[in-house]
Amino acid sequence: MLAVTDLHVSYGAIAALSGISFQVEQGSIVTLIGGNGAGKTTTLRTVSGLLRPKSGAISFLGEDITTLPAHQIVARGLCHVPEGRMIFSNLTVDENLAMGAYLQHDPVRIAANRDYVFSIFPRLRERLKQTAGTLSGGEQQMLAIGRALMGNPKFLMLDEPSLGIAPRLISTIFEKIVEINRVHGITILLVEQNANLALEISRHAYCLETGRIAMEGESKKLRHDPQLKATYLGG
Amino acid sequence: MSEFLQQLLNGLSLGAIYALIALGYTMVYGVLRFINFAHSDVFMVGAIIGYYTGHHLPPGTVGSGLVVLAAAMAGCALLGIVIERFAYRPLRNAPTLNVLITAIGVSLLLEYTFQNQHVFGAAPQLFPPVFPVKNFQLGGLSISSNQLIVIGVAALLMVALEFIVHRTKIGTAMRAVSLNPKAAQLVGVNIDVVISFTFGLGSALAGAGGILYALNYPSVEPLMGVVPGLKAFIAAILGGIGNIPGAALGGLILGTVETFVSGSQWSTYKDAIAFAILIVILLFRPAGILGKFTVEKV
Ligand SMILES: Nc1ncnc2c1ncn2[C@@H]1O[C@H](COP(=O)(O)OP(=O)(O)O)[C@@H](O)[C@H]1O
Ligand SMILES: [Mg+2]
Repeated sequence: MLAVTDLHVSYGAIAALSGISFQVEQGSIVTLIGGNGAGKTTTLRTVSGLLRPKSGAISFLGEDITTLPAHQIVARGLCHVPEGRMIFSNLTVDENLAMGAYLQHDPVRIAANRDYVFSIFPRLRERLKQTAGTLSGGEQQMLAIGRALMGNPKFLMLDEPSLGIAPRLISTIFEKIVEINRVHGITILLVEQNANLALEISRHAYCLETGRIAMEGESKKLRHDPQLKATYLGG
Repeated sequence: MSEFLQQLLNGLSLGAIYALIALGYTMVYGVLRFINFAHSDVFMVGAIIGYYTGHHLPPGTVGSGLVVLAAAMAGCALLGIVIERFAYRPLRNAPTLNVLITAIGVSLLLEYTFQNQHVFGAAPQLFPPVFPVKNFQLGGLSISSNQLIVIGVAALLMVALEFIVHRTKIGTAMRAVSLNPKAAQLVGVNIDVVISFTFGLGSALAGAGGILYALNYPSVEPLMGVVPGLKAFIAAILGGIGNIPGAALGGLILGTVETFVSGSQWSTYKDAIAFAILIVILLFRPAGILGKFTVEKV
């Protein structure tokens, strides 16, 4: 569904990605793990069109999207929940969800998507009129995911959804991620530093190290890989 | 008392013009985080468009006045969009300083172009009386039809702006871009369209401001934008740069204060007062009256 081939990205003279390739199959959860500064966020930003690669290709549903502007990539059903959530903090929860439906024109569909978001995150319905910036970290993450779901995604990219969230809420959010995938058939690319959790819910994993794929394989197997254990799973 | 009301009326009609110009500064700052120094020259171009169109229309009719207003707004909207497209967009990812210097360059380009003998010339020209002119006496107040037109048109445009910004899709997109451009792109907002639209909208308001200004101070010349532009810029800072109601409020306050000062024994300081206000606001409330001080996130 998504195929990234030999992607090179740099910030000015500093290379952040030095030729990475990976695939995500339709219907699966794939995870991209790696330490701080490995290039995970850069990868997602390049796929969603916020950054331009120096070279390499990105194809989505068979179409080359490497040079498309971000808003046209969203329009194709590839939605990105960015690191740090980036909700519109001065707007209400309701307005944030409405922004998520920016490209949707069918009111019936929008209403259905809203109900769907509330069924996954009932807490958002209770907070509808609240200014988004006053939500807790976990609620903001729910809103960020909800906002992306309002865009009718076929493919969802999540950048460290567990970052800065109370441990109690992390497992809830991961359950919801699985539900979004299983029940609603949305393909997911999950970026995490929390490798344990990510390997638990994903089918396939890529391990990124300073801009290169250092390891890849079935998540089940990687969980027991001694080298990976030592590096990311705390022994 | 009637002296006070008279000055208040004069002040509000001057302030309404500052407000219209200030809105353009603040909206562009909102989406691009830079001060468009060429904005005051767009205001001047509005007045010059009015000068030429006005000469081809019967004087002193509401119809002529409205046509002149519409022509100036449309012409300026187009000019603003062209300036952004060709001067600022290529520098979208350049440091702010480069864009600021470019803006000053665009400003000088417009001023020198219109000063050229074959374009408009440096000499001031009389702005034609496009709208009907009447003076009313109300109690002790003397009200000119031009003042009513200024206040009426400015109020109408601000209501329209409020509607666009809060009730339309493109307005919502404008607010989203100003809050977080990356997040706006990720929900599908086309940033280029929003920025063009913002320049068009702000420039149209400046064009209207140019006409309203010329109705009351009917001398048109290529440097006429400099002083009102500077004051409107101060008004935008006073209200809180990036804040739309703040720009309107800042303009009204500045116009009123300036009018009261010029009617007092300190009248020689009428232009200095704006700068005094600027210094005070920068010292004590740099975010402006309605602005919130937000730490810029990277
Ligand atoms: N805006 C930026 N400007 C310059 N360098 C950056 C920027 N963002 C990230 N980098 C660098 O690129 C590398 C990869 O960063 P990032 O993709 O954010 O990693 P991760 O998400 O895996 O923590 C790091 O070395 C980081 O310092
Ligand atoms: Mg990251």
